[in-house]
Amino acid sequence: MTPPTPSPAAPLEVTDESVEKSITSPDSKGSESRSPGRLAWRRFKRDRTGVISACIVIFFFVIAIAAPLIAKLYGKNPYTTYASARPELLDDFSYPAGANGGMSSEFWFGIEPQLGRDVFTFLLYGIRTSLGIALAATILTCVAGIIIGVTAGYLGGRTDYFVSRIIDIVLSFPSTLFFIAFMPVVYGLFVAPDDNVPTWLIAVSLIVVLSAFGWASIARLLRGQVLGLREREFVEAAKVTGASPMRIVFKELLPNLWTPIIIQATLMLPAYVTAEAGLAFLGVGITDPTPDWGVMIGRGAQFYSQDFTFMLFPGLSMVIFVLAFNLLGDSVRDALDPKSKR
Amino acid sequence: MSTTNPLLDVSGLTKHFPIKGGFPIKRTVGAVQAVDGLDFQVAEGESLGLVGESGCGKSTTGRLITRLMEPTGGTISYRGQNITHASRRQLAPIRSEIQMIFQDPYASLNPRQTVGKIIAGPMEINDINPAGGREARVRELLEIVGLNPEHFNRFPHEFSGGQRQRIGVARALALNPKLIVADEPVSALDVSIQAQVVNLLQEVQKELGIAFVFIAHDLAIVRHFSQRVAVMYLGKIVEIADRDDLYGNPRHPYTRALLSAVPEATVDENATARERIRLTGDVPSPINPPSGCRFRTRCWKATEKCATEAPPLVQISGNKPGHLTACHYPETADVIPAQRLSQDPESAA
Repeated sequence: MTPPTPSPAAPLEVTDESVEKSITSPDSKGSESRSPGRLAWRRFKRDRTGVISACIVIFFFVIAIAAPLIAKLYGKNPYTTYASARPELLDDFSYPAGANGGMSSEFWFGIEPQLGRDVFTFLLYGIRTSLGIALAATILTCVAGIIIGVTAGYLGGRTDYFVSRIIDIVLSFPSTLFFIAFMPVVYGLFVAPDDNVPTWLIAVSLIVVLSAFGWASIARLLRGQVLGLREREFVEAAKVTGASPMRIVFKELLPNLWTPIIIQATLMLPAYVTAEAGLAFLGVGITDPTPDWGVMIGRGAQFYSQDFTFMLFPGLSMVIFVLAFNLLGDSVRDALDPKSKR
Repeated sequence: MSTTNPLLDVSGLTKHFPIKGGFPIKRTVGAVQAVDGLDFQVAEGESLGLVGESGCGKSTTGRLITRLMEPTGGTISYRGQNITHASRRQLAPIRSEIQMIFQDPYASLNPRQTVGKIIAGPMEINDINPAGGREARVRELLEIVGLNPEHFNRFPHEFSGGQRQRIGVARALALNPKLIVADEPVSALDVSIQAQVVNLLQEVQKELGIAFVFIAHDLAIVRHFSQRVAVMYLGKIVEIADRDDLYGNPRHPYTRALLSAVPEATVDENATARERIRLTGDVPSPINPPSGCRFRTRCWKATEKCATEAPPLVQISGNKPGHLTACHYPETADVIPAQRLSQDPESAA
């Protein structure tokens, strides 16, 4: 086919284009493009709170991942009761003999009262367990929420009606009460009453139960987004060219949904960290020999009047982590959605 | 009328949107009769203009032809093949031949895809591999629509409205279609940009021999672009004719009223003030359209007959072949002075 001769409109359009170019050219040269993601990244880099929060969050993830390595270099582990081999570490009332909870060059964060475990490695492994469970729960929640929400929004009609009613029911559940009441039932399903519940089962049940109550909010959010997006003309344009529903969902809709998904996920993860710790504190989550943020705080609560240092480390680290992650979530939202002003 | 073997043949096309009501069990309590029995043909390479005021079913007709909506009744044939209720798989071979240009250039391009991806998308979906690769084809298409081919890696937000609409045109052209349904392609654009885009479409039509169904509410643009024009009112075609016939010799009162509302560009003090037909009242609700002729509630000629008997769309005496009018009391066949209607976007701009 022959391209038509340049229309008489072309010269007019050129002025239009040159204006466009002069706006673009200062920071992007040639055909380099500014994708929405790159623009968001640039906005994010300018946000100092966000960058600092991101560094803190990354630091926590790094020490969680590298916990075994750090423990090896440090030469301790979270399970050994050092006091049983060296009784001089604890005083007559089983509290750390040294000042500040026994902090020394050997035990950086001191030692635990009564059992005499090393606080530093216990905290490292505790962060590792808690973050692992929270991260897995977040991923599972997002996947379930995306699948259910996008399906309901895209199919609409009866499917949407039923899914929405299920979401209503799940959201109206008092989930904390339900966790406390229901977790023993879950364990009972798999383990005989007298046996010890294996840690992996506790972890998996926690992840599943947390996700089972978490998916509804993200599903509802995405359903609403998809309801709006599927009426947009670019979806119709894809349909006119014969796109399959799969293609429309994955190529047309999902790229437009990453913003709310990322924002939700960054706000969800710290909530799960606290929820998991709360459950451990209440005794229905991870239990004692396994290091965990919540377990540690639970132990600390038993002797904080005598040995405040032991409570300080897990409490403070968790506050810092959750605060940083929430601030990060806010910054990510601001970067991705410049129109939303707090 | 069109050739014996039209590209697109629409007959009795109907679309009723059900209205659900009632509690607790919802049931259909009525229907919005958006499109009610349309008959028209589009010949190969021909441009049919579809005009009418807001809410008369123009856009619905466009979406029915492209099968974005399921018709309630009637048939749509493309090259003799009935596609009225064809499924997505059955439509696959035809999809590349019927394309659409959308009204809002800000909503019709996916903000998360580059221009190259947007234009290559139709080729990807239909598994078309042009010689020289898809990227080369995308560059060629960008050149055809008057954009810089180097911009294929950019995102829609980096373009202006007129440029975006050009991208939409390039996407529609990507599959070498035979028919393009243009749903008010310029009404969202600035007047200065409208002319450019209309000229681009006209060149595309002439050079590539693509048939158009051009939906618009701007009579001047339709006059500039379309060889044949159909006037719609409340879901029905009231008059369809060749361009010059329709603009020079409108027979339906509604067409005449529409034409009299076209603003005049020339100020001529000597000319007698032309008669401006003012329609009173509102367009009736398509949920409960008037009996008989749908225009009768606002027509100054309406009688008993109009209320009882729906006028058929036929060739009335004094008309050229192919000039069909649905009216019991057509206007007399006088010719409107040419100078009054001698405006198209070029002379206006």
